[in-house]
Amino acid sequence: MTESNTKKTALHNLHQRLGAKMTPFAGYEMPVQYQDGILAEHAHTRTNAGLFDVSHMGQAMLRGADAAAGLEELVPGDITGLAEGQIRYTQFTNEKGGIIDDLMVTNRGDHLFLVVNAGCKEKDFDHIKEHLSGRCDLEVLDGKGLVALQGPAAADVLSRLAPGVESMPFMAMKEVDVEGISCLVSRSGYTGEDGYEISVPADQAESLAEKLLNEAEVAPIGLGARDSLRLEAGLCLYGHDIDDETTPIEAGLLWSIGKRRRQEGGFLGADTVLRQIGEGAPRKRIGIKPQGRAPAREGADVVDSNGAVIGRVTSGGFGPTVQGPVAMGYVISENAVPDTQVGLIVRGKNLPANLVRLPFVEHRYFRG
Amino acid sequence: MATLKFTEDHEWLSIAGDEAVVGITEYAQAQLGDIVFVELPESGTSFSKGDEAAVVESVKAAAEVYAPLSGEITDANGALEDEPGLVNSEAESGGWFFKMKISDQSELESLLDEEGYKAFVADLG
Repeated sequence: MTESNTKKTALHNLHQRLGAKMTPFAGYEMPVQYQDGILAEHAHTRTNAGLFDVSHMGQAMLRGADAAAGLEELVPGDITGLAEGQIRYTQFTNEKGGIIDDLMVTNRGDHLFLVVNAGCKEKDFDHIKEHLSGRCDLEVLDGKGLVALQGPAAADVLSRLAPGVESMPFMAMKEVDVEGISCLVSRSGYTGEDGYEISVPADQAESLAEKLLNEAEVAPIGLGARDSLRLEAGLCLYGHDIDDETTPIEAGLLWSIGKRRRQEGGFLGADTVLRQIGEGAPRKRIGIKPQGRAPAREGADVVDSNGAVIGRVTSGGFGPTVQGPVAMGYVISENAVPDTQVGLIVRGKNLPANLVRLPFVEHRYFRG
Repeated sequence: MATLKFTEDHEWLSIAGDEAVVGITEYAQAQLGDIVFVELPESGTSFSKGDEAAVVESVKAAAEVYAPLSGEITDANGALEDEPGLVNSEAESGGWFFKMKISDQSELESLLDEEGYKAFVADLG
């Protein structure tokens, strides 16, 4: 991808001033790391507070009296039952029950606020228009930046600039004035830590980021540490751990499907998803912990004690907090039993590993 | 007196007689970022020039280290097993990968000297 067709976020100049190493990601030029490096940035987020630019993600408003019921035809999450100011994690499913993308949906009273993955946003918005045009009005918010403030010090930091945010529970969203900047603040994130995601007008994104970086606990964090943090937290990365071929049940996302939706269905691919809820899925996403020091990367085969392939790694690398290699992947359901020893084929060698429950690092969300 | 040579694969070689100490360059470690794992060859293994001799992994990715010359491995830097970050902090000294006995002195002609390597890196932009 050349410079000319790679988009820049509203924080591009800030990244350059901070000495970020930039890389093309989902059509954007994004910081993969800053000067301290991925290990230090990861540790900083787990112990203090990290600031992430996630402005490449898609933000949109879905309006219309029928918006919640309409969206429920495309996602298995309970949207009509979502209270105002509440956020829900769900997935767009296809006719086969595969995942088109995963997303966050907030009930904002007179509309639904959606946040989708950067690499999927055009596909997602086309999908919504294809199925819901005439019933709902989709407004894509291209003029918004998005930053995440994550870590155990996040609440102290943000409440200093915007008193009151410390009492927001996990998966709540509200409009907040952050030292004169009108923001949409949610208590959510992608690291397993407590923290916030903050939607901000693009022309004020840099000012907001600088205010946050001026706080002693806050350091800028790149996409490299974002990936190692979410992997330790056992969170799915679209295009790797979930895709068109994996169902929410295979992916271990049953928790995101409300009781009513499990009974009623009524979303694309519901036949497959409801059948798998009843009968079980053919394979399951599970944690994989290599016994040695060598990381197993995406694509590595998982084998049983006879050497037969029983699964595949979908995300793998080094977990800085775990201080060792960590991975997740799909394993045939009958073999997907925690504490089972398996082999991972890495560069032709069969390396011992254990299947484990996710996450590798316990979540520390603020439940109020 | 050892002679310092380089390859276009960003390895350095400290050559004394028929023995070479091999590591990756300061430029290479900076490009890779934090090193978290190094897989080293066993002593006694023989390689032809260009064979995959070691693997170095950063948080983000794995990279192969190719044998810069043909020869037999005589020693590997066991300190990297416990402390792979030495490759970052001391790339061209304490972070060496392996020592090898050179089997074909004529292959030395293909190596870059320090000035040549600096120019090569400068051209990479």
